Amino acid sequence: MNKRRGLGVSRRSFLAGTGAVAAGLSLGPGSSWGAEEAKLNFYNWDTYIGETTLDDFNKATGIAAKMDLYADNDELFAKLREGNPGYDVIVPTNDYVERMILGGMLTPLEHGNIPNIKNIDKFFLDAAFDPGRKYSLPYMWGTQGIGYRKSKVSSTPNTWKVLLDSDEYSGRIALLGDATSVLGIGLKYLGYSYNSTNPKEIIEAEQLVIRQKRNIKTFAKDNGQDLLLSGEVDLAMEWNGDILQIMAEDDDISYVVPKEGSNVWQDCMCIPTGAPHPQNAHAFINFILDAEAGAAIADFIQYATPNDAARALLSDDYNNNPAIFPDDETLARCEPSIYLGEDVQRLYDEAWTRVLAA
Amino acid sequence: MESWRKNALVFWVLNLPPSFWLVAFFLVPLGIVWVISFGEKRGVIDIAITGTLDNYARALEPIYLEIFWKSIVMAGAATVACLLVGYPVAFAIAFAAERWKPILLMLVVLPFWINSLIRTYALIAVFRTRGYINSGLEWLWEKADWLLSAFGLGHLQLLGERFEPAALLYNNTAVTLGIVYAFFPFMVLPLYANIDKIDRAYIEASLDLGAGHWRTFLSVVLPLTWHGIMSGIIIVFVPALGAFFISDLLGGTDSQLIGNVIERQFKAANDWPFGAALSFLLMYLTFGALALRAITSGRKHRLEA
Repeated sequence: MNKRRGLGVSRRSFLAGTGAVAAGLSLGPGSSWGAEEAKLNFYNWDTYIGETTLDDFNKATGIAAKMDLYADNDELFAKLREGNPGYDVIVPTNDYVERMILGGMLTPLEHGNIPNIKNIDKFFLDAAFDPGRKYSLPYMWGTQGIGYRKSKVSSTPNTWKVLLDSDEYSGRIALLGDATSVLGIGLKYLGYSYNSTNPKEIIEAEQLVIRQKRNIKTFAKDNGQDLLLSGEVDLAMEWNGDILQIMAEDDDISYVVPKEGSNVWQDCMCIPTGAPHPQNAHAFINFILDAEAGAAIADFIQYATPNDAARALLSDDYNNNPAIFPDDETLARCEPSIYLGEDVQRLYDEAWTRVLAA
Repeated sequence: MESWRKNALVFWVLNLPPSFWLVAFFLVPLGIVWVISFGEKRGVIDIAITGTLDNYARALEPIYLEIFWKSIVMAGAATVACLLVGYPVAFAIAFAAERWKPILLMLVVLPFWINSLIRTYALIAVFRTRGYINSGLEWLWEKADWLLSAFGLGHLQLLGERFEPAALLYNNTAVTLGIVYAFFPFMVLPLYANIDKIDRAYIEASLDLGAGHWRTFLSVVLPLTWHGIMSGIIIVFVPALGAFFISDLLGGTDSQLIGNVIERQFKAANDWPFGAALSFLLMYLTFGALALRAITSGRKHRLEA
């Protein structure tokens, strides 16, 4: 998943890599629960935190937080796969939380050390991907939908049909470049679950996308919003946050979640196994869930916060923005992406290889 | 160090760091990937090394062979383009005045000071619908249209009703151009090194003996620069074969190269054993290309002898 980024250069950022190594080297063998050095290594998406959050945290607790950045969940997963290089708090998306729990890559949270849990909207206090929220607490959430240029569409593109099953916008469409998302909305359009495990349904979605390929300009790896902003395409399937970012720059751009429903995602704060400063990590998660700290972050990055106390401090402009908070009816038709197991994942990857090779 | 046998200690001391480097950072990681290619996934992160050949069998399925073939064709096209453009450039530099040579070589190498990922992003700004090339074309179109109107031909709309930007990006041509751009210096430098060393007397002799310029080039210059050509081809073709971010950024809906499939196995698809098997097939292809070079240069040596 792509968050708000400019050029996407950070994708293979060597800085993040060296930072991780440096963090790994700085670990003392004797870092124990009782006497923790006042440090914290935070591994986060780019442009995904308040302007002064880390400084505020330092002022409140005396803990110096250092932040490294990753570009997508795959990068995060690949980096932690062979062992934690020294991170204390990470922010994976729901299906990756599930994957990491299965892989033994996360430490259970001690809810007693995070009193600000009381600020979280009740809806988010339980989750299918992490029953009882033993390993994860919500950071931000959002949807997948269509970003579009208002002056170039005949009507609000509130159906996946315009992207997947129509010649109307031929050559002016960009879809995301990952298997689960594109096949997922294909399944949704065909009336199946975003998380189908039925090979026949997956192949049906694959054929739908293959038929539509002649109308699609490109599968944007991490720059659908840039294509839309530069006029390269007029409709782009994207994560809402990416589109919200360019909506601030260009009044002619808008965002809609199609009526068939979509993917609703949740980025979660977790403590990876082997975190050198677990106590500080709990303090940090608690700080993020604080009303004022949470409000400052949400106000700056313009994502939907699950923090009720923070929302109460924020403006109506934010709270009533349909691109941030879709209406309940639309939301009811959205599904979270679920980790479907390695075998089903292979089905999706093979279908995607065929889509790109067709 | 005339003989390493006489100065064994010096030899070993001098060779220890590079040998260590080669073993620790090349052979060992490569060995790990090789072993993983005979493994099976067990859950999310565990891989059991079972000696299975399933990954290779899967990698040889028609769809992946097609993608391999497509990658070879595109890398080949890019290599040929590099050679066709690079040879005259190298030739011109080699025959340029002595004081210009360093500057010209510098101009070839200069783009290398910038990370290739950033240079590829720069190409997007050049090629896109509202990019530099299309803006330039639009400017020319407007001037031409104005000129036609001035001659009273405006109503005929000879140039079309309005300017249509050329679709330069998001297709396989853009990917090939991107590869050419990324690896061009790799072609020019070995060619230059080779051409620069030609004894000019051969060329003069050929011309004096009545051969035309074209004949001289084909019969004298080309055979003498054969090694440079082969080195350039290998050095461009091998990395071009594994390219993935160029096709990611500049490619359209059908620009998937084998590098993209491999990258996906190590990231989104989380199938390291299969990715490892594909990587090794790619490496065997590379070995094949190198063997081809060894064979052809061996034949050349015999011909020259």
